[in-house]
Amino acid sequence: MRKKLIAAAALAAALTLTACSGDGGNGNGGGDGGDNQVEVFTWWASGSEKVGLDALVKVFGEQHPDVEFINAAVAGGAGSNAKAALASRLEAKNPPDSFQAHAGAELSDYIAAGQLQDVSSLYTEFGLTDAFPKSLLDRLTVDGKIYSVPSNIHRANVVWVNPAVLEKAGIDASKAPATMEAWIADLQKLKDAGVETPLALGTEWTQMQLFETVLLSELGADGYSGLWNGDTQWTDPGVKKAAEDYKKLLGYANSDYAGLDWDAATQIVIDGNAGYNVMGDWAEAAFQQAGLKYDSDYTTWPVPGTDGVFDFLADSFTLPVGAPHEKAAKAWLQTVSSAEGQKAFNLAKGSIPARTDVDASEYPAYQQTAIASWSSDTVVSSLAHGAAAPVAWSSDISSAIGKFGSDGNVDSFLTALTDAAKKALG
Amino acid sequence: MPARTRKPLSRIRSWGPPLLLVAPTIVIIAVFVYGLIAVNTQVSMTDRHSLQPATRFVGLENYFALLTEDRFLHSLWNLLIFTIVFIAGTMLFGFLWAWLLEKGVTAEGVFRSIYLFPMAVSFVASGVVWRWLLNSAEGDRASGLNRLFESMGLGFLQNPWWSDPTWGMAAIALPAVWQLAGYVMALFLAGFRGVPIELREAARMDGASEWKLYRHVIFPQLGPVALSALVIVSHMSLKVFDLIMSITKAIYQTEVPATYMWVVLTGNDYAKAATIATIMLLLAAVFIVPYLNYTNRKEREGR
Repeated sequence: MRKKLIAAAALAAALTLTACSGDGGNGNGGGDGGDNQVEVFTWWASGSEKVGLDALVKVFGEQHPDVEFINAAVAGGAGSNAKAALASRLEAKNPPDSFQAHAGAELSDYIAAGQLQDVSSLYTEFGLTDAFPKSLLDRLTVDGKIYSVPSNIHRANVVWVNPAVLEKAGIDASKAPATMEAWIADLQKLKDAGVETPLALGTEWTQMQLFETVLLSELGADGYSGLWNGDTQWTDPGVKKAAEDYKKLLGYANSDYAGLDWDAATQIVIDGNAGYNVMGDWAEAAFQQAGLKYDSDYTTWPVPGTDGVFDFLADSFTLPVGAPHEKAAKAWLQTVSSAEGQKAFNLAKGSIPARTDVDASEYPAYQQTAIASWSSDTVVSSLAHGAAAPVAWSSDISSAIGKFGSDGNVDSFLTALTDAAKKALG
Repeated sequence: MPARTRKPLSRIRSWGPPLLLVAPTIVIIAVFVYGLIAVNTQVSMTDRHSLQPATRFVGLENYFALLTEDRFLHSLWNLLIFTIVFIAGTMLFGFLWAWLLEKGVTAEGVFRSIYLFPMAVSFVASGVVWRWLLNSAEGDRASGLNRLFESMGLGFLQNPWWSDPTWGMAAIALPAVWQLAGYVMALFLAGFRGVPIELREAARMDGASEWKLYRHVIFPQLGPVALSALVIVSHMSLKVFDLIMSITKAIYQTEVPATYMWVVLTGNDYAKAATIATIMLLLAAVFIVPYLNYTNRKEREGR
């Protein structure tokens, strides 16, 4: 009897112990405080992003051979899995040495919670204040401080055009319409010429990206940027005009847009079933894979009315408060921002460097045009990709856009947008 | 004297080992289920709307805010449509199939497996397939079911499926019905088989027709099975998340409380996410608690 009792007690104790130790591991391997390793957290776990990261790590190994790179990439969900994992690590005061995040307002939650260090001294130290465009620095600066180092730049206000489709309506693809009205007139011409869906569109975030470019076209760079700090009111007539134009655009889009991811929407243009698609310049890879030639089989222009404006989004790297290997993390940021690092990464990923002192001729045809615009255009922040508004705000806008996509009610859309801004700006 | 000291010891001996054996489970459930429910409820009553720690207790403020929010009501409405179609579909088909099999079909085992198989597939995996089947493009670019209709000359049956603003959620319930009707069938089949053969024979002896036999003798005995099936299916419906995430991702049009909670949580609004979670728990309790009461009472009566 006693033996049984003891056995039962031992079993109970063992089970309880294993249950409790399950959540104790932190996957950090124990911070030894030494600066011979750097743990970098990203969601670059596959595809061209993984190739880009590998290229960047290779440069890092050359520049800082004494520091070991530890890849803490979390795959899946276009970064949402990684962000959830990151939030719990930060909550547990167990930050990685550096983590990937979209540059701009998406960082504001981390900043408000005091989880990020100001890295503006590194900007001076690495000479980035001269290498990066002035208007990018303006977009990144929060109360005089900068909290991340961008590794690559993408452009959101790009129309991908299939000239063969436009020919059916006798439209010259090489010349962009000057205004939104002119573009809508062209869309109508295409429709009249028998193109069922002149504009290809996809799921909620791609609708948000289309809407932001219409806002940008209507309000101009300053007016658009003002939306995010309260300088431009959401009750502005320009916003209403943008909503109406956006509604017209939806009328030219494929009916199944709610169910398509961006690549499926872009494919409609590649297949010649639609004339236009507004998408970020990662779409370039899809056109390349389809074997199309830039300027003949397809072409691009800024969304009509946004010429001279670069609607940017960027991946960037941070320096969390309490990073176990701070010195090594700074070395990592140095590589990320260096000319060699940016070149290696961006050539592999198909984006363009944040630095303006690059030799554009080393890049493919489309990227050359983007690099030229990057150094000369006014830079504004993309809403759909976390640069313009904090996560909660853009989630509210996204839901308003999703609702508008199904009911098409301009007034309730504008009310929802105004309410969202009120909630976010206080 | 020795008799007195031995008594409590022997009592410990009798209930001690069983208690020790269930103790780990009790501890684990207490911490990881009820403890976390408590923490969740506590968070839902604070103002922790960002990554920063909570600053004060706000009582039920978050609940009132949420229950008056259009977006949340929209997600509840979606859930309602989904639940109705899902429950009606699984119960109807489950019952029908079970009845047909019960009537005696050749190769019953084959049919049983066919109907039950979809349950073995996870929602995430089947969702990927249904995402394609329920593609809402029509005409030239149609794919999935719409393509099938078109190629069979049934083009008029093409429809936007879940993209329909009002009834879209009913389309999302189709895969769920497909997947779980077989399970409900298995429950009902067990119910049919549980009816003692003597009862049937007695009814036949009394000259009951086949229909009357089912109507008055067998169906009334399926009540408890139907109730179990209803509870199981309805709580699954309330939790639906993976199916929607894999068919449409978290978008407004197909938003239910569970996907809304995910969106809010990834937006770092912990208090609001906890509030949604608590409301979902309460909704599930509405179904589960009366059922548990009922079964407890039954068991006590049965003793």
